[in-house]
Amino acid sequence: MKPFTYQRADDVASAVAAAAATPGAAYLGGGTNLVDLMRQNVERPAALVDVSRLPARIGIGTDGRLWMGAAATNTDVAADPVVRRDFPIIAEAIVNGASGQIRNTATVGGNLLQRTRCLYFYDTGARCNKREPGSGCDAVDGHNRMHAVLGASPECVATNPSDLGVALAALDARVHLAGPAGGRTVELLDLHRLPGDTPHVETVLAPGELITAVSVPPPPAAARSAYRKVRERASYAFALVSVAALLEVRDGVVASARLALGGVAAKPWRAAVAEAVLTGAPATRATFDRAAAAALADARPLAHNGFKIPLAQRVIVSTLEELS
Amino acid sequence: MNADPIVGRAVPRRDGPAKVSGAASFTAEVPVEGLAHAALVCSTVAAGEITGIDLTEARSAPGVVAVMTHHNAPAIRIAPLLITLRGASFTRAPVMQDARIRWNGQPVAIVVAETPEQADHAASLVRVGYAPAEGRLVFDDLKVGAPQPDHVQGEAPAVLRGDAEAALRTAAARVDQVYRTPWHTHCAIELHATTVAWHDERSLTMWDATQAVTHSQATLAEVFDLDPEDIRVVSQFVGGAFGNKMMWSHQILCAAAARLARRPVRLVLSRSDVFRVTGGRTRTEQRVALGARANGTLTALVHEATTTTGINDGFAEQCTFPARVLYGADSFGIDQRVVELHTPANSSMRAPGESVGSFALECALDELAEQLDVDPLDVRAGLEPAAHPTTGKPFSGRHLLEAYRLGAERFGWARRSSTPRSRRDGPWWIGHGVATATYPYTRMPGGRASVTLSADGCATVRTAAHEMGMGTATVQAQYAADHLGLPLDRVRFEYGDSRHPAAVPAGGSAQTVSIIASVVAAARALTAELLHLAAPDSPLAGAGAGADDVEMRDGGLHPRDGGPGESYAAILRRAGRAELAAEGAASPPTETAQHAMHSYGVQFCEVRVHDVTGEVRVSRWLGVFDTGRIINPRTAASQFRGAIVMGIGSALTEETIFDERTGRVLNASLAEYHVPVHADIPPIDVAWLGHPDPMAPMGGKGVGEVGMVGVAAAVANAVHNATGRRIRDLPITPDKVLGL
Repeated sequence: MKPFTYQRADDVASAVAAAAATPGAAYLGGGTNLVDLMRQNVERPAALVDVSRLPARIGIGTDGRLWMGAAATNTDVAADPVVRRDFPIIAEAIVNGASGQIRNTATVGGNLLQRTRCLYFYDTGARCNKREPGSGCDAVDGHNRMHAVLGASPECVATNPSDLGVALAALDARVHLAGPAGGRTVELLDLHRLPGDTPHVETVLAPGELITAVSVPPPPAAARSAYRKVRERASYAFALVSVAALLEVRDGVVASARLALGGVAAKPWRAAVAEAVLTGAPATRATFDRAAAAALADARPLAHNGFKIPLAQRVIVSTLEELS
Repeated sequence: MNADPIVGRAVPRRDGPAKVSGAASFTAEVPVEGLAHAALVCSTVAAGEITGIDLTEARSAPGVVAVMTHHNAPAIRIAPLLITLRGASFTRAPVMQDARIRWNGQPVAIVVAETPEQADHAASLVRVGYAPAEGRLVFDDLKVGAPQPDHVQGEAPAVLRGDAEAALRTAAARVDQVYRTPWHTHCAIELHATTVAWHDERSLTMWDATQAVTHSQATLAEVFDLDPEDIRVVSQFVGGAFGNKMMWSHQILCAAAARLARRPVRLVLSRSDVFRVTGGRTRTEQRVALGARANGTLTALVHEATTTTGINDGFAEQCTFPARVLYGADSFGIDQRVVELHTPANSSMRAPGESVGSFALECALDELAEQLDVDPLDVRAGLEPAAHPTTGKPFSGRHLLEAYRLGAERFGWARRSSTPRSRRDGPWWIGHGVATATYPYTRMPGGRASVTLSADGCATVRTAAHEMGMGTATVQAQYAADHLGLPLDRVRFEYGDSRHPAAVPAGGSAQTVSIIASVVAAARALTAELLHLAAPDSPLAGAGAGADDVEMRDGGLHPRDGGPGESYAAILRRAGRAELAAEGAASPPTETAQHAMHSYGVQFCEVRVHDVTGEVRVSRWLGVFDTGRIINPRTAASQFRGAIVMGIGSALTEETIFDERTGRVLNASLAEYHVPVHADIPPIDVAWLGHPDPMAPMGGKGVGEVGMVGVAAAVANAVHNATGRRIRDLPITPDKVLGL
């Protein structure tokens, strides 16, 4: 681990100011991912600005949206009575992630910014365009069982490991930012970038920008939702694939549908094409099969991850059947 | 002997309170004055030469005390292999003596600094240049024509009885399949840790997390050309070892670096070091072919296994051992091959050979049972041999049929559906599987122990043995209390220090009986000393007794003929002695010369396989074991359960992934190498028969490893019963289950 300085911020403004004033600074939330990466010499920040004491409030705002302070722990969000009643898919996604100990520490903001679990990214002995731009990608022709089937590039085939992000993607969440140039809001679906030829640029965050909150509009009242995650180990394992779905069926017809996938791309993947197939169609197995096919129509397998395509389709169909 | 034996009681662990309260001091915590800390720099190529090492940045980093590479390392001789019982190494690789690279992860420099963080940071600043060479890395390319090893754990690599291939060709029923298991890595929660303090140029103390105290002492003496008497190895608590905490390069490098730095030095491996610097369990490729008559009896049993090891390391994992002992057959074709690769050495990982070997054999038997449409337990029972099937030796004690009967009843095996894919609970397919377990009885030669009586009538047993969490300190106190005729609270058991009489390594499920044999010898020597001391005015004197004429009971010596005895305290008091000590060497382990001695067991399980996702969850487990007399039901049950947990990991999730282009371990962390978590493990029921083995000291056989044998096969067989899919390569992942 490279030596670094540490300071704790008491409010958003001082956090942003401290980061702006310190070259090579990184924000520290729960540290469950960043500190691991620092120990592996993958992340080498010169300074840490601890934002874990920043606002962590969870509640319904005057705008009717669910607001979660970026420093709220995953455990607190998953245990929140309002979240559990009105946004159960968020709680479901969180408790399917990591371990109890990690969830107690990990924050909402940190969860969205956690780095890929690509084994080559973690190994400074390997080539990785994300870790060292231009060095090459050892995963694309290497061991790529856990890698992306959607939205990847020849430069990077890594996946985003977040469970929470997949649920938020299905819920049309927004991410609220503060930075040296002021505050702004981006759609969660626009937060992460696909790798293209710059896989080291993972989000649209400007240097020094900080996630301060995530807000979520209320889902359609009649929609039923579910988060389904497939993994070999029953807990503390990243998704082979995961599915977040909201489905509203009226008189046997799909009134509205939202579908997001995890474990398949460098970002939480919203399957808009599949939603279009579903909306207005009869809520039948045949429709769900067509939606699942559409969701993965653009998928491109690598040597070891081809199973993810039919696996994701199976889980999509079964989740939709369960919700219909 | 105690009239009401302490052996057999569920005595709580003696080290339990210290461990749960945090009072137990593990190797990485031992306080040492003036301590410096080390970190390793390891190669990132598998084969080739180091062309240059730039230490400029590292040397000028904060806190750096010394940096050692092959340029300034002292002369270090090749460490003696564990198999020779002269040392504790799994590899013959030189330790930092030349520029040659033998595997990806080989230490090429060690940095010593004032704090662990400074050492770690400075290590990241060492720049190493390599001229990589073409390595031996691709198993599938190299397995063809792989050579036979000289021996497999001392046994012949091949056992040929009759013409098994010919018998196969004409068999009424035939299974002929290839089974594969991946590399595994020991994941003890305590990382490997070593602390070395030199007292002068020729003597040192090493605190080490080890399961081979005496043999580590011998190894250090050999590699540094020192007198073993001048080396002290201390290992009080070990947080899990599973066969891996033997002598690797890191202890030798820590000692060499401490001498260079002229400071005590501590080295704690990182988790990735554990994966890359030490070696785990080999991958295997195994052909099992069974030829059978319609009634299920075998005309041919073929088991051919290919395993791997590091370059010139010579460890052949004994995959074919279960096939040599479990079942009768008219002909046998058993053969082992080893492929040398530029990987870390293959080492012993819990039930080496038997665990992965039984996966192949026990799955094949399940396949045969299916083909014959006979219950898989009945097929096994029908193959029960009268004597050891490949050596002809009589069994010392073997009660497998009883274990099958007891297990079937307790598990409710009769309620299993013999039709695959016929039981379902919502989206979960339910299946049941069974497999047999066996593990050899071993008692390694060379163990010693001392018994010291004090004037207050207490006894202290000492031997340089190991407590890695399995209960050694507790069960040995129980045994010694009974043997000496003392209450349990009057017996101390001291271990983990090479100043105590030499012990055998804690391996091969052999430690318990080995210590017992040495305690028996020490107690006998003590008896003679006591009789000598008792003369002439003791009540014992008149008996004219020799050691055979008296027994140790009720806190003293008593003539077997019923005459008056005397307490230990009275004998010592009369002689004016504060204490009396005697040491003994375990008798040579001759019991295996005339008898086939093994532990046995049978594993039953229920799995649930998700119809949509292919996820496999184990929902029920029963293991029934035939392991001789059980000293402590609490610690033995824990050993069985722990081994079953490890077996479930190997069945469903564990796989050390090597990149075959670079020979580098990719998933070198507990986040990516998936040992089971609590949610993966159902309540595990264990039972044992408890028949003492007539040939073993105290009638006991090893319990540490047999519990892992058969586990992966039972899971695979249950998955087949649940889904109709036969998975022949571990781990059994959703994509394989769904055939995607």
